[in-house]
Amino acid sequence: MSPPTPPFTEEHEELRASARGFIERELTPHAQQWEQEEWFPNEVFPKLAAQGLLGLKYPTEYGGQGGDYLHEAVLIEEMARIGSGGTAAGIGAHVNIATPPIWKFGSEDQKQRYLVPAIAGERIGALGITEPGAGSDVASLSTRAEPTEGGWVVNGEKTYITNGVRCDFIVTAVKTTAEGGHHGISFLIIDRGEGVVSSKLHKLGWHASDTATVSFQDVFVSEENLLGGLHEGFALIMANFQWERLAMALGATGAMQIAWERTADFARERQAFGRPLSSHQAIRHKLVDLATSAYTARCVTYDALRRFVAGEEPLREVTMAKLMTQRAAFELMDACLQIHGGAGYMREYWVERAARDARLGPIGGGSDEIMREILGRVLAL
Amino acid sequence: MAATAESVLKPDFQTSRKHFIFTDEHEQLRESIRNFAIKELAPHAEEWEETTFPDSVFHRMGELGFLGLDKPEKYGGQGGDYYTSLVLAEEITNANSGGLGMAVAVQTDMAMPPILAFGTEEQKQQWAAPAIAGTKILCLGITEPDAGSDVAGIKTRAVRDGDDYVINGSKTYITNGHRADVIVLVTKTDPDAGYDGFTLFLVPMDAPGVIREKKLVKLGMHASDTALLAFQDVRVPASAVLGQVGKGFYHIMWELQGERLIGAAGNVAGAQKCFEKTLQYAGERKAFGREIGKFQVIRHKFAEMATKIESARQMVYVTAWRFNNGEYPVREISMAKLHAARVGCEVADECIQIHGGAGYMREYGVERSWRDMRLARIGAGTDEIMLDVIGRSYGL
Repeated sequence: MSPPTPPFTEEHEELRASARGFIERELTPHAQQWEQEEWFPNEVFPKLAAQGLLGLKYPTEYGGQGGDYLHEAVLIEEMARIGSGGTAAGIGAHVNIATPPIWKFGSEDQKQRYLVPAIAGERIGALGITEPGAGSDVASLSTRAEPTEGGWVVNGEKTYITNGVRCDFIVTAVKTTAEGGHHGISFLIIDRGEGVVSSKLHKLGWHASDTATVSFQDVFVSEENLLGGLHEGFALIMANFQWERLAMALGATGAMQIAWERTADFARERQAFGRPLSSHQAIRHKLVDLATSAYTARCVTYDALRRFVAGEEPLREVTMAKLMTQRAAFELMDACLQIHGGAGYMREYWVERAARDARLGPIGGGSDEIMREILGRVLAL
Repeated sequence: MAATAESVLKPDFQTSRKHFIFTDEHEQLRESIRNFAIKELAPHAEEWEETTFPDSVFHRMGELGFLGLDKPEKYGGQGGDYYTSLVLAEEITNANSGGLGMAVAVQTDMAMPPILAFGTEEQKQQWAAPAIAGTKILCLGITEPDAGSDVAGIKTRAVRDGDDYVINGSKTYITNGHRADVIVLVTKTDPDAGYDGFTLFLVPMDAPGVIREKKLVKLGMHASDTALLAFQDVRVPASAVLGQVGKGFYHIMWELQGERLIGAAGNVAGAQKCFEKTLQYAGERKAFGREIGKFQVIRHKFAEMATKIESARQMVYVTAWRFNNGEYPVREISMAKLHAARVGCEVADECIQIHGGAGYMREYGVERSWRDMRLARIGAGTDEIMLDVIGRSYGL
């Protein structure tokens, strides 16, 4: 046994083994059904919580495990083993996207009301930024929060919200000045209730997740639910982007590994022209390229992760990792599908789902084009 | 027309796109198929993704003469040239339903040509004529659970028994397999004869022992029905043999050429539609204060796509011209099939990317094109098989 690849240590590998065992026992067997039903049950959250998996990086005082981002990284990689991108996304949206801003920017009261039950799997969170008219272009958000006695009245519409149907609260970006833009956006934690209407969207992949359009019609939000500073929402968005993108890179790394292993097994077994597929040179070389791509993705991601946990704020490395891994993961899945031939096109095999799920990577969490824009600036171009 | 000082002042982007293989008659046919597809098919496309399209589509297309465009008038066809079939493959994409286009192509350009080329007069009357009229539906059985690209590895056996043959085996990924009245079935009649041991049969789908095992659920092409079929002691008379006993492998290799070329034409047309839809989106959708099409990177994506589509289209047309002239250009057909399939998938993928989050959502229809198009690199011979055929054509 070779030692764990830095930044991971033996302790992380133990967590990995136990998370993997739990996932393969409790979640993976249901993946196919959840995908078909386009919904994974809410009970998944308390189940994960009972294993401590919803609060790995959060302080014990809030019910967390007192670990750090590396522990969370292990979980993210292992969630690829569920075999349902939508389920992993729903869990990920809760753990990696919706709750970190509360942990980092929330008041003690907000942490007690939202973070504690979220870690316990009792309340499910979502993050609401994207709108029908504003995707990559965050500065042009139009959901408006008008000040009123004791809080705000919110009107507007958010879309592509993961957990958008099941969530109990939405960490929502709103315009708190008429102009909006970089200096006029704030975050409100909005509880599900009157005036909050969700409608589920059908997607290419991630079928088990309830991606939704959520509209707010005269929703009152009390001032205690302002998250972070007034008009300082842009900073909050930026603060979590690095982790969200790193999480996507880690998810891709995990998924690529499993897909490669399964496809290699298939190629060793499947016979064509009197011998295993893997003994055909074109297929063998293809699989070698894919293994190299998976290894490259892992190295790039781990380097960014190392820097991130060391406190470097590695904007360049994280952005590159996100850009590189998402495209590479989809291309690997697509190649695995191709190697499966006709079977690859059929739903009863795992691979077409993996390809559909992976296709979100170059779009979600900031599209490839946005990654290149960021890198253009980082590289002084 | 020679260039003049006057005519070179401005490039003419509106110049007629009509290729030299097409006449005005082809263009009229194009318009009539397009109108039919837009008016009678496209409005149901969403619904048919859930239910598969109804058999009545075949009846209607038969009525309109669209199922026998290039087939002999003797059997109810229109007696047109090969290009008329190409026009159908291109324009049927306006139905907005990849699964429907594929099912029609199985009828007109995959299962029917071997019947007309190798069939007896009786077989042509019994199956081709009603198929052209749209009253009978055809399917083609090549692939098996253990033999896909490796066609020679098929195991379905037909054993001579007196005046009959008894067939046992299974076929999978059979388009139209649930609705078809007859299957053009590839079997092995002599396991020791290598490539000379295959025979085609016309097996009625209601023959005892033909079992439609299950409807297969696919990544895309949801409007088509795809079957896993079993044949258990299916007894057919010797008159059900299609073509020559022992020549089935060569018959089917010939059939695959037409299938691949027509498929390539459909893929190019599908890519073009996806391109146009996305072009419209890029002209409307704004980000960072302008239409996204005005960003250089997006503009270049369109330029790349258009260039790829045009290259694939020209390959298909020139190869079709050779085919229509009576050549048997296997290398060029394989190249056109490979290139058009890749271009189709690349274009659909780029169209999703340009749509961003919307591209991933079902309501915009781009993800459907992407799912449908993905079959092109697998069906009718995978990319890898095309590469093998092309490579071997150079003696390698």
